[in-house]
Amino acid sequence: MADTPILLREQQYHQIKAVLARLRMDSSAKVVFLVDKDGQEIASQGEVGNLDTTSLASLAAGNVAATGGMAQLIGEKEFPTLSHEGEKDSIHISVIGRLLLVIVFDDRSSLGLVKLRSKQVSHQLATMFEEIAAGDFDEDSPFAGITDEDIDSLFS
Amino acid sequence: MTFINYASREINCKIVYYGPGLCGKTTNLQYIFDSTAPQARGKLISLATETDRTLFFDFMPLELGTVRGFKTRFHLYTVPGQVFYDASRKLILKGVDGVVFVADSQEERMDANIESLYNLEENLQSQGYDLMKLPYVLQLNKRDLGNIVPVDDLAMELQRKGEPVVEAVAATGVGVFDTLKAVAKQVLTELRKG
Repeated sequence: MADTPILLREQQYHQIKAVLARLRMDSSAKVVFLVDKDGQEIASQGEVGNLDTTSLASLAAGNVAATGGMAQLIGEKEFPTLSHEGEKDSIHISVIGRLLLVIVFDDRSSLGLVKLRSKQVSHQLATMFEEIAAGDFDEDSPFAGITDEDIDSLFS
Repeated sequence: MTFINYASREINCKIVYYGPGLCGKTTNLQYIFDSTAPQARGKLISLATETDRTLFFDFMPLELGTVRGFKTRFHLYTVPGQVFYDASRKLILKGVDGVVFVADSQEERMDANIESLYNLEENLQSQGYDLMKLPYVLQLNKRDLGNIVPVDDLAMELQRKGEPVVEAVAATGVGVFDTLKAVAKQVLTELRKG
């Protein structure tokens, strides 16, 4: 059986966006985004512009999964943070339960600041996501009444 | 895991193409990529070795259209087929909503198909999934080659639960979209159940 779908309500989405906006400001980052461990982008804030956030989300999740696999091979549960330093831009990823907080920053910020600020919001984001994950797939869901015709129309 | 965002009105689902080495998983994705309008798909990301073997995964987001006012986006992944990349294969199955098993129809690849199918069942199990309950399609690829096993024999050996069986020649696109449609349909039908 597949996992239960995660439903992100409008209000929850805006709450998450607000936390990310604040984090982006406090950490002087270019882009901040939240991804789930399966590679689905949840929300992003910042100079997204031409950045392919969908691909970045998938690769960030792949990256965390691969390093997590390595961690287990050496007897660690996982590596809770990952950093990749580039010439101009760098990426910091922190694992918060089943979420990944990804921060892209340049020399306007520093790894230390980014680490500190991510740590400060991680508890808040974890709590918010727990509420989201515990949400019901209620009967007012538009998919409860989805018809075969609806599905077929996608391929016509 | 299906992710439904009410604010951006999007549904995101994850489909994984599984199968033995060189069976045509990446070719399926490449064909979908080449024949889809750029605005409906993202980049095709391929983490491959220098000899074009998939090292970790290929990935492509694909937007199919709108259902009940929600954009449906499928994240298509392939796994590396070579036996020794098992650790990567396990990781990619995390959060999967539907699986396509791409079988190589050539006689000499029968054992590889069977081994890979067992490996799929094991790896799904290790991630807490049951193939019998997951949206699933069996694609019989390379039907244009000379030394192929008859469809009935392949189905008898590889079909697990009455899943749709699609004959394909992924390199020319035969059966590629039929396969995608068959798995996407099952994934969306699952959503109805909640």
